[in-house]
Amino acid sequence: MELSFQTVLSQVMLGLNNGVFYAILSLGLAVIFGLLNIVNFVHGALYMLGAYVALLGYTMLGPLLGKPDFHLNYWVALIVAPLVVGLLGIGVERTMLRRLRKFDHLYGLLLTFGLALIIQGVFTNYFNVSGDAYDGKPESLEGAVNLGFMLFPKYRLWVIGISLLVCFATWFVIERTKLGSYLRAGTENPELVKAFGVNVPLMITLTYGYGAALAAFAGVLAAPIYSVSPVMGSEMIITVFAVVVIGGMGSIMGSIITGLLLGMVEGFTKVVYAPASSTVIFLIMVVVLLVKPTGLFGKES
Amino acid sequence: MNKSIWAALLLLGVLAPYVVYPVFMMKLLCFALFAMAFNLLLGYTGLLSFGHAAFFGGASYITGHLVKNSGLTPELGILGGTLFAALLGYLVGSLAIRRQGIYFAMVTLALAQIVYFLALKLPFTGGEDGLQGIPRGLLFGLIDLNRVYLVGGRPLGLNLYYFVFAVFCLGFWVVHRTIHSPFGQVLKAIRENEPRAISLGYKVDRFKLMAFVISSAIAGLAGATKSLVFQLASLTDVSWHTSGEVVLMTLLGGVGTVLGPLVGAFTVVSLQSELSSVGSWITVIIGGIFVVCVLLFRRGFVGELARLLKRTL
Amino acid sequence: MNHFMSRTALLIAALAASSGLVGAAKDKISDGVVKIGVLTDMSGVYSTLGGKGTQVAVEMAVKDFGGTILGKPIQVVGADHQNKADIASAKAREWFDNEKVDMITGLLNSGCALAVQKIAGDKKRIVMVTGAATTDLTNKAAWTPYGIHYVYDTYALGKVTGQAVVQHGGKSWFFLTADYAFGQSLEQNTTKFVTQLGGKVVGSVRHPLSTADFSSYLLQAQSSGAQIIGLANAGGDTINAIKQAREFGIGQKGQRLVGLLIFDTDIKSLGLNVAQGMQFTSGFYWDRDDAARAWSKRFYAIHKAMPTMDQAGAYSATMNYLKAIKAAGTDDPDAVMVKLKSMDISDFFAVHGKIRFDGRMVHDMYLMEVKKPSESKGEWDLLKIIRTVPGDEAFMPLSESTCPAVKK
Repeated sequence: MELSFQTVLSQVMLGLNNGVFYAILSLGLAVIFGLLNIVNFVHGALYMLGAYVALLGYTMLGPLLGKPDFHLNYWVALIVAPLVVGLLGIGVERTMLRRLRKFDHLYGLLLTFGLALIIQGVFTNYFNVSGDAYDGKPESLEGAVNLGFMLFPKYRLWVIGISLLVCFATWFVIERTKLGSYLRAGTENPELVKAFGVNVPLMITLTYGYGAALAAFAGVLAAPIYSVSPVMGSEMIITVFAVVVIGGMGSIMGSIITGLLLGMVEGFTKVVYAPASSTVIFLIMVVVLLVKPTGLFGKES
Repeated sequence: MNKSIWAALLLLGVLAPYVVYPVFMMKLLCFALFAMAFNLLLGYTGLLSFGHAAFFGGASYITGHLVKNSGLTPELGILGGTLFAALLGYLVGSLAIRRQGIYFAMVTLALAQIVYFLALKLPFTGGEDGLQGIPRGLLFGLIDLNRVYLVGGRPLGLNLYYFVFAVFCLGFWVVHRTIHSPFGQVLKAIRENEPRAISLGYKVDRFKLMAFVISSAIAGLAGATKSLVFQLASLTDVSWHTSGEVVLMTLLGGVGTVLGPLVGAFTVVSLQSELSSVGSWITVIIGGIFVVCVLLFRRGFVGELARLLKRTL
Repeated sequence: MNHFMSRTALLIAALAASSGLVGAAKDKISDGVVKIGVLTDMSGVYSTLGGKGTQVAVEMAVKDFGGTILGKPIQVVGADHQNKADIASAKAREWFDNEKVDMITGLLNSGCALAVQKIAGDKKRIVMVTGAATTDLTNKAAWTPYGIHYVYDTYALGKVTGQAVVQHGGKSWFFLTADYAFGQSLEQNTTKFVTQLGGKVVGSVRHPLSTADFSSYLLQAQSSGAQIIGLANAGGDTINAIKQAREFGIGQKGQRLVGLLIFDTDIKSLGLNVAQGMQFTSGFYWDRDDAARAWSKRFYAIHKAMPTMDQAGAYSATMNYLKAIKAAGTDDPDAVMVKLKSMDISDFFAVHGKIRFDGRMVHDMYLMEVKKPSESKGEWDLLKIIRTVPGDEAFMPLSESTCPAVKK
């Protein structure tokens, strides 16, 4: 393929499209890691759940309620799915993760790995592994926009825009508000914050719920682009782990920027040497580990 | 541990193919060896690798390639696969031990993913189809591993079975020796209290790396052997699901116990074979066992039993 | 004493078996049952075009045959190969070793089919592939005397479609290829026929099986400037590629997408609006003639979808396998293969089909075109047959074959 400016731009644009998903998911992982000190392996499954809430809301909720013509609207799904999945996350934190807090953090990783298998297994039983199409894309987002160098679907533009907004809003809340300062202080020294009368366990629960909700939000955004499939999350999560290792888990902004950049690097690789595109992120990870083991934005622990 | 238990297990291994489907037994032995290799790392060094499938599967590809395309005899093929796994273990280990705990797990996972992509893309691997039709060949150029004996009307591939059993015993012996050597004592010291081990003057990183290399070599030995049993090296062997499975086997059987991985592998492999008809519910069941294990008995079957009997198993 | 006796008996039995004594006195039907294994994609990217429907078709055949043969029962078992060669081969091994399975049919994935056929060859059992397409199954790479390739292959698909497209002016091609045995074989075979007629291939890109996002591959195809984007993939992958191409406005100005392996169920899922005018090659169409219609309607009554060529082929393969056992008077694989290869296969599926000694079942293929929405009279009235291509023209002639059984 010739290396024209146009092809590079097009692929980088698509890369950015993938990058916003990396950013949103690694952001969620970073938020959860910051307060709970666990790697949330189930994050990919929560992302998949979000997409299924949208899909099933569209196809099955109506018949279930006895109104076959009812389809859960995309915009409603964008709010409902994060709520549902967020509540589920809260349940998981309350009933399971909480009990593991006094043990090695690796148990948290193992527990969430088990949960991921359960969720993925259940959906694999009922749904086609190769995915089902989500037909609920709003009409206002149909069609494509001519960017000059390519035709770009409107919907994908919307995904990029709203994702960036959500990412930066999260960053703002955590880094620039009072609520955020409690959170950050809770990460550093939970005992001290408790002494100031802040309900730390509640804060932890809500944080986990928010992380889960973010994943589900990304899932709904992804539903009209990719097929909704039981394995969509597990394919994503490993890459996101690498993103997190590269960025360093400590920093919110770091995880956002790393996610976006790596998506674009991946897109660029597709033009230069396509076969490497699926490994480039992992190779970057190796280089980062050699040069700066704590990650690009990581602090020394 | 009691000598009579060992003798009983050995006898069980020798007689098993007359009672149980030999292919099942061989699969079990390969995974048990794999779990033991993993346990050497998690149980005795305290390192959780989430990428051990890279060594298991990587070795099975290399062995398959050597036997199929270079015409090596099976024992040399297995040796080649094992050496490859050791080398790979050295590379991955050197990188991964730069980080600890959770990061260590994630780094091994991500590095294993590179091996997965290589297995998908390299010219000799057969991509999504896997490396098929690996010949079993003549052991030492003499013994036909394909030879089938009719016993009571059942065709049994006994040559292959006893070869696999011998490999298993060899691997078991190496792991056992490692654990009970002075080297193994240092590993346990690191697991219990790393700063203290450092202050005692041990070069902790070198011990960790050494343990990592031994563990990956044995995992490779297991994978290499499996590729001869199934005559196939496939992406499943290098995928992160396999990495997860070996964690589960070890956890379920009992981390840091000698018999644990054996019991864990037995449980998981039997479950998979008994429940193969329920399709992907097996994933749900395995996930469920994971959760229950982590929440309720972190010591695993053998660990809990040892606690009840108040002795080490 | 007792123990000693049984040991001796065992030893004698073993000796007898190894010297062939027992073989001579064997029952007509081994193990007292004829068991057919349906091994196919039950849950993945190809499950709609094969899957449970293939098992339904095989069960129909067994029932139509009467359920018993030479006084012994016929059984059907099914399993999901999940498009993974390791799972397929482990299952086949277990079926042959432990569960008395005599014949395996289905196999919707070339990687799986190659693995299973290899094991079947080692164990001298019959495999009748109705799904997988790679020509390796009947050539040097994987041929065994016990394999039959029943419905279609990448040679026939590439030849019929490739030639038709080039003759209509589609001279420059770019391939989007599923990166495994099937896709590679399809790309290779199509390329051969495209270049033979003076067309050229300007590039290709390989994607993993079951890809969710084709956008970057499609952009590469677009910027290659080729007139034809050839889809050397199948099932869900083909559907996704066609849908996403529309999203990016690809395939509308000058460029055209050509699916090299398409099933009725794919067209159903894309809708006539999207798919109208597409041409492709098929080995069967439910609405071809009265016999096909009659059988397909019975199938529809059970499965709630019209049969694809894989499903119809699985019925025909099973039925003819059973007929061959009856004719041979035994289920001994060697004897059955001799019968199968000498039979004339004429039913609703094939007209004067013939299984060649390389295992290729040669029968007519059809160049199909998707109807316009205005032409369609019903839910499944999707296609019309443009041209019937005689089997000898569609399939690889023995002169080109690398099958070890072909003497040159």
